[in-house]
Amino acid sequence: MRNALLRALLLVASLAAWEGAVRALRVPAFILPRPTEIGAALYRGAVSGIYLQHLWVTGAETLLGFALGSLVAFVVGTGIAASRRTEYFLYPYIVMFQSMPKVALAPLVVVWFGLGLTSKVVSAALIAFFPLLVNTIAGLRSADEDRIDLMRSLDATELQIFRMLRLPSALPFIMAGLEVAMVFSLVGAIVAEFVGAEAGLGMLIQSRNFSMDVAGEFAVLFILALMGLLLNMALVFARRRVLFWDPSQKAESNAASLKGGL
Amino acid sequence: MAQPAEAIAVRGLRKEYGTPRGTVLALDDIDFTVGEGEFVAIVGPSGCGKSTLLKILAGLLPTTRGEVRLRNAPIDGPRRDIGVVFQSPVLFPWRTVLDNVLLPIDVQRLGREKNRSRALDLLALVGLSGFERRYPWELSGGMQQRVAITRSLIHNPAMLLMDEPFGALDAMTREGLNVELQRIWLAHRETVVFITHSIAEAVFLADRVLIMTPRPGRITEELPVPIPRPRPLDVMGAPEFGEIVRRIRAHFRSRGGIEG
Repeated sequence: MRNALLRALLLVASLAAWEGAVRALRVPAFILPRPTEIGAALYRGAVSGIYLQHLWVTGAETLLGFALGSLVAFVVGTGIAASRRTEYFLYPYIVMFQSMPKVALAPLVVVWFGLGLTSKVVSAALIAFFPLLVNTIAGLRSADEDRIDLMRSLDATELQIFRMLRLPSALPFIMAGLEVAMVFSLVGAIVAEFVGAEAGLGMLIQSRNFSMDVAGEFAVLFILALMGLLLNMALVFARRRVLFWDPSQKAESNAASLKGGL
Repeated sequence: MAQPAEAIAVRGLRKEYGTPRGTVLALDDIDFTVGEGEFVAIVGPSGCGKSTLLKILAGLLPTTRGEVRLRNAPIDGPRRDIGVVFQSPVLFPWRTVLDNVLLPIDVQRLGREKNRSRALDLLALVGLSGFERRYPWELSGGMQQRVAITRSLIHNPAMLLMDEPFGALDAMTREGLNVELQRIWLAHRETVVFITHSIAEAVFLADRVLIMTPRPGRITEELPVPIPRPRPLDVMGAPEFGEIVRRIRAHFRSRGGIEG
């Protein structure tokens, strides 16, 4: 309780220090705007409905890209985990593709898929793909040997072993991968919007940057942070529901270490 | 006197492993039978190939030579009429106790509804009534192993294979579960092959003790345990119990298997 109060006080104090320092040092608004200016920009945009409109666009791009990337990653990951042969043939491409910074593909993706929604979804999916692919493979291979022996001794089919054992065993990894994929999808969508878009929060940032509306830019950044937080919270909530049985909460540390990478 | 029907017959069993450094002989020249409803313990030190033998009996490993039959049908792969209990409980943490017990029913599609009451009866038999909706991680190690035993019995197997099922438990819990396993067995009379490295446990539980010595794994001696049942824990202090334990130990000592 006292900690929560202290936290709020610290936030207010740092905002006040920011406000005071910018005023005292006469920092121009196009370099660093004051918190009150950012607040005003947030308010104006919220009232006019402009944020909601772009938020909707970026949100749809992110979620669709997340869904597409995760689905493909899960299917490919399952194929690789199921057979060493698949792994052998796909491995070189995967290593090459993984070592490449996927954001560098964004310009190409926009050329191929246009300025609309599709290019953003593809870009988000490309970036979301890897964390889940890697975690799906690791997860499906993590099933305990004794449990596999038990299933075999019961004369279980490979499909039953997959459904009743490998998939549940992989869930801590998959949920961790999904959390990272969600954050990455947002990055992919924004980068593609930077390259060329008609709408979206990334496009809004860029257009405000050109018009030197830095307070407005900060306001969009704030909204993006909020959006990322909400998406992440949704997944944390889902993970707690799905992994109620996993006391190790291995997922948490996995997700944290991977997220630090970008 | 009529010979009891043979449930398990192992003849001339040999098992070799291929390793990068050549072939390792794990089991050699193993011959034994287990009668229908008989409780046989196989006792031996670590690394004598006990677990390999059990995996072969469970149909999880192929033999190199020889023959293993269960109720006169060769075991050449997993069978549906075998129950296995491992050293660790091997429960699925996302399944409740009841769902863990019903796992063989799910795998073999024997009908959940039909077997639900049987599962609850078996749980009552091992003293876990009221725990059916709990999850494994909410139970102690001993309780988890009792769930594993219940699961091995649910599909009414012809043979129960137990691989040091109480090896990971503390001594007190272990003694308690030995008494309980005997009680369950007296109620069901399954054919049991029980693997252990505890001589006292083997003698307490079994009708007959097979002694296994390592490198390569061989069954070198066989001792009946003619102590009447139900055997109370105190039987471990009885002279005839001590005499059988002493003979098994002497056998190991003469083979350099374990230190006396």
